[in-house]
Amino acid sequence: MKKKTYLQLFITFLKIGAFTFGGGYAMIPLIHREVIDTHPWIDEKELLDIFAISQITPGVIAVNAATYIGYKIGRFWGAFFATLGVTVPSFVFIYLISFFLVQFKDILWVEYAFRGIRIGVIVLLVYTVVRLMRVDKINILYIVVITGSFLLATFTELNIIYLLLGAIGIGILYAFLTHGKDRSRPDEEGPEPLREDEIE
Amino acid sequence: MSLLLELFITFFKIGLFTIGGGYAMIPLIQQEVVSRGWIDLPLLTDFIGISESTPGPFAVNIATFIGSTSYGLMGALLATIGVVLPSFIIILVIAKYFHQFKDNFYVKKTMRVLRPATLGLVASAVYLIFSASFIHVDYMADSFNIIGAVILAVLFFIRFKFKRIHPVAIIGISAGLGVLLFSLLP
Repeated sequence: MKKKTYLQLFITFLKIGAFTFGGGYAMIPLIHREVIDTHPWIDEKELLDIFAISQITPGVIAVNAATYIGYKIGRFWGAFFATLGVTVPSFVFIYLISFFLVQFKDILWVEYAFRGIRIGVIVLLVYTVVRLMRVDKINILYIVVITGSFLLATFTELNIIYLLLGAIGIGILYAFLTHGKDRSRPDEEGPEPLREDEIE
Repeated sequence: MSLLLELFITFFKIGLFTIGGGYAMIPLIQQEVVSRGWIDLPLLTDFIGISESTPGPFAVNIATFIGSTSYGLMGALLATIGVVLPSFIIILVIAKYFHQFKDNFYVKKTMRVLRPATLGLVASAVYLIFSASFIHVDYMADSFNIIGAVILAVLFFIRFKFKRIHPVAIIGISAGLGVLLFSLLP
């Protein structure tokens, strides 16, 4: 892997780290833009898989996702530079404001700006969810899982880990039930064609 | 044990036992950090609010902050490295071996369910941010909500009308609109 790509990876994740307000999920729109649209490093299905895996493994979701994407693109050093990139803006910013924390909080226009940004994050996330719903074919199971996960996470105190373990359970059950039937039903894949390296 | 080492180990532990997102770690942080006297509860609560308005993952923010306030730059560095390291190591191992299993029939079907489950969680995050931005506002509730709704509508229009627009531009526009419109309030 070329040095230039490591530098690109570092700068890309620096940007992602600097403009992610609100942690893990808020990163997805930016990552989507940077590592799929701008640099065709991964595809949408991989992005969703990476986030799914990042949630069920220990560690900070945003860091997990950065490390994973970095590894996919540039192995160890890719992971290293992506992780460094996503961490540095946080570090610099918080280190600087740790000296005048209380004042920062009380600046009125800062508060107004962040009220606006929260709304911006809502819009970005809705747009990304709409786009990422194209990854899989939408069938009854899909609708039940996405609705169930939304309702349980929003309106109950259920720990996200149990929710995800439940989803894994459903996935294994689903595999058992469909095992033996035609394994490569084309409608199981999303509308986008598979990339060359995914075709066996 | 020196304070630096203790900071590193404590945040390594916090990083290791955080599953499923930054805010899930708040009880653990309370337990580990407040009990050591590195931060008191009111300041921690303030910091959680501030962390929402600063870039970057909450876990990294809190590690840097507590490291810095209790041992300066070195403390900030070691606490931050501590909280990031478990993620880095565990994901390296998983990323190295997952591709061998990703074409397995059972793994494929499980991922097929985990993807919509993840999107449901993202949608839930949207709802929670929405209710925090619109519902829990104080006495100015009505005008705040009207201005919020205007900003929301404008941003939705821009986002869906100009497909090529960069997310950072949306963040910039939303911050600008926030300052401009919310300061119109008496």
